[in-house]
Amino acid sequence: MTEPLIFELSNDERISYQIPALDVPAIAPEEVIDSAYLRKELNMPVLSERDTVMHFTRLSRLNYSVDSGFYPLGSCTMKYNPKINEDIARLPGFARVHPKQPAATIQGIMEVHKLLSDSLAELTAMDAMTLQPAAGAQGELTGLLVMAAYHKKKGNTHKNKIIIPDSGHGTNPASVSMAGFEVLNVESDEDGCVDMEKLKKVIGPEVAGIMLTNPNTLGLFEKHAKELSETLHSVDALLYYDGANFNAIMGWARPGDMGFDIVHLNVHKTLSTPHGGGGPGAGPVGVKAHLAEFLPVPRIKEENGKLAFSSSDKLSLGSVVASNGNFLVLLKALAYIVQNGGDGLKHSSACAVLNANYMMEKLKAYYHLPYDRLCKHEFVITSENLADYGVKTLDVAKRLLDYGFHAPTVYFPLIVPEAMMIEPTETETRGTLDSFIEAMIKIAEEAKTNPDLLKEAPHNTPVRRLDETTAARKPDINWYKRPE
Amino acid sequence: MAHYVPHTPDEIREMLQVLGMVSLEDLYSDIPESCRLKRPLKLEKGITEIETLNFFKKLAAKNKTVDDCICFLGAGAYDHIIPAAIDHLLLRGDFFTAYTPYQAEVSQGTLQAIYEFQSLISSLAGLDQANASLYEGGSAIVEACLMASRKTRRKKILVADTVNPDYLRVVRSICETSGLEIVAVKTKSGKASLEDFVPSLDSTVAAVVLQYPNFYGQVEKIKDFADKAKEAGTLTIISANPIALAMLEAPGHMGADIVVGEGQPLGINLSFGGPYLGYIAATKHLLRQMPGRIAGKTVDVDGKTGYVLTLQAREQHIRRERAGSNICSNQALMALNATIYMTLMGKHGLKEVANQCFQKAHYLYNELKKQGKVTLPCSQAFFHEFVAVIPNAAKVMEQMLEKGFFAGVLLEEFNPALKDHVLIAVTEKRTKEELDLYVKTLGGILK
Repeated sequence: MTEPLIFELSNDERISYQIPALDVPAIAPEEVIDSAYLRKELNMPVLSERDTVMHFTRLSRLNYSVDSGFYPLGSCTMKYNPKINEDIARLPGFARVHPKQPAATIQGIMEVHKLLSDSLAELTAMDAMTLQPAAGAQGELTGLLVMAAYHKKKGNTHKNKIIIPDSGHGTNPASVSMAGFEVLNVESDEDGCVDMEKLKKVIGPEVAGIMLTNPNTLGLFEKHAKELSETLHSVDALLYYDGANFNAIMGWARPGDMGFDIVHLNVHKTLSTPHGGGGPGAGPVGVKAHLAEFLPVPRIKEENGKLAFSSSDKLSLGSVVASNGNFLVLLKALAYIVQNGGDGLKHSSACAVLNANYMMEKLKAYYHLPYDRLCKHEFVITSENLADYGVKTLDVAKRLLDYGFHAPTVYFPLIVPEAMMIEPTETETRGTLDSFIEAMIKIAEEAKTNPDLLKEAPHNTPVRRLDETTAARKPDINWYKRPE
Repeated sequence: MAHYVPHTPDEIREMLQVLGMVSLEDLYSDIPESCRLKRPLKLEKGITEIETLNFFKKLAAKNKTVDDCICFLGAGAYDHIIPAAIDHLLLRGDFFTAYTPYQAEVSQGTLQAIYEFQSLISSLAGLDQANASLYEGGSAIVEACLMASRKTRRKKILVADTVNPDYLRVVRSICETSGLEIVAVKTKSGKASLEDFVPSLDSTVAAVVLQYPNFYGQVEKIKDFADKAKEAGTLTIISANPIALAMLEAPGHMGADIVVGEGQPLGINLSFGGPYLGYIAATKHLLRQMPGRIAGKTVDVDGKTGYVLTLQAREQHIRRERAGSNICSNQALMALNATIYMTLMGKHGLKEVANQCFQKAHYLYNELKKQGKVTLPCSQAFFHEFVAVIPNAAKVMEQMLEKGFFAGVLLEEFNPALKDHVLIAVTEKRTKEELDLYVKTLGGILK
């Protein structure tokens, strides 16, 4: 059954909000505000609390989630989200604090900032952190703004290009444009790593920096990382480490030790904060000491034993959000670090890599594996071997939904046709991995014996394949202004 | 202690065996020696759940909350009544542990909620469409400016200096590096005037940006600006408090092309500044310029109603460096929070919240005026926030804190010229008793 919209459930008379009656003498708004500026009409639904709760509960049941099943979405690190973190984020001493409260009343919050900054600096081998960016993509932008500020200070006005390997994250090129730079694409070699020969050919005085996703979106560790840093630094270019895939290497390797200057982490991937259906996340950025002065303000400073937020840095790039970042999300990340400790994080990463390699090994006889070498937290296989039966990656993905699994990331990275990017994370048992592997093998068989089963999949989800073409051609995106 | 790793030692051994390995170290043999960390991380040892909770309880206890002190702080975040049902729904794992709805067939809950959110926001703003949300109020203006620049192919943006200075800082930081020219237009007596804009408002200007109500609480005459902007082929961007829009005329009805804002007042906890919710709505002419996710209604192969992410050709994962924005998530859970809030309050509830904010703020203003100990420099055309000039404001605010009040935001921190100016916000949550006590306590300190 289709769940009606709140607008369809509305009854204008069914008033159920609860606000104490106005207890001060009222004035007529038009006495002080020009009546042209007072609202004439407001279209909003009216529902009882019971109907509201029922509606949203029913909607929730139409979703797949980490809590309900295996979510091997590559590059997204859909690990289990510990419940204690939600309780911590709901402590009134954190949740019920106004961002403009005096410093003396937020010392605990500032300690959280400091503890998390210090922990992330240790994890990444960086010297200073900002917790401000609201998401990974904003972290990328922040890192690029740091680069821009650095080159501006040095008078490097000719530096306007950023190198991005073709195995980098999808957001990188758009972030580069947004920060006012141009993209220089560099291809990967046959090992799936940055092609150093090709890279050296594009290196020149106009190169401002590189953004390297490591492990890259093929799930492979960029073995030339160190050499890259020497090459780039020789032309005064900065190295940005896209840490979206950091879950593979916590405690095993650190961007700062590889010679990188800037790194961002996605706490909603690596540090277990929930994805919330697409946000909120947080994308803290770390930098080496020589770039600290460019970080966003306000920054935490220690003055006479008290912590305070300071905006005094003259060379700061400014701010990327109005507040100090998504505080409650950051808090959950710290809770995860504190609970796991250094050893726990290191073991978590190792088991994430173990799970990925185990699955890759078990699946490579049934699907095409373009890069058959040790992977990190994720790997890429394709449905190329099923092409003869008219089956595409999309069909495999949709059929997985019938088996009760979320699909892997599909058609990414772009450099592998018909890609399926699988990231199991460390929180899944071998039993879960085995059932997924079994389903994948069964689907490969079905592709041969009954390909229509795949092409018409999914069959038993709340809805089946949706008409995206009409949705884009005749957009219905607002109930109050539906197309005729 | 890797509490959330379920592997038994036997399983690890067996899985490694499948790979022809003997230890977990072997999994890292592809990382060159020179890139490896050869010592343990300098982090504390892991602890159990109860120890973690106690650790954070101690930190939480070092903060004061808006339940400990009576809150008159605003400047972009407001202490409103939040219905209990919201958090119970947000805590459903099917919402908060889901990812971006890439597989639409198993994400209908998130997608339909986004469609509802877009409709509610469009309605509040008085415009044709909204997206699935942005990060927060400051960066939402950035996206609006970039949109306006793409549409008009112009690079200059005029921003009234009555826009929240925190937002203006974000706009400058990102837009100027992006290649836009941001001109802050100086205003007088806390309100933007058209005369100050007219000299700069020509055919090189992509957009004018105003806040409604503005940072000082004043209701700007946005229609006058929108009319004038239109003459120059310039777009009008309004940053609006969504609660105020239940009382004030929709910017879309006054000529605004893009309406953005901070959605925190819509039932979202104060949370020391985040996560909050950016929203953006625009006229239909700007549909192809909208950043971020948009959910659309459609049907499946059986003709059943369903929802999908649509118009994705605009977005970063397709257009790469030619995309208008790098945004690839939204604040889905916060958008859901706001959607549930608006549904629970409904049309009548939202109007009541707005009216009570307005009435109580004006009551406090009038009581302070009667008392005569502070100066009230701005006009009475304000919504729920106003400026008071208080002698020795910084010291007085400290004394008010001792008496249990977060009595207002010191504007000197934003602008040194505004020494002793305090921004006072009042929501529906404040009672007459609290307002009277505020006046009395302040009067006592200023005697």
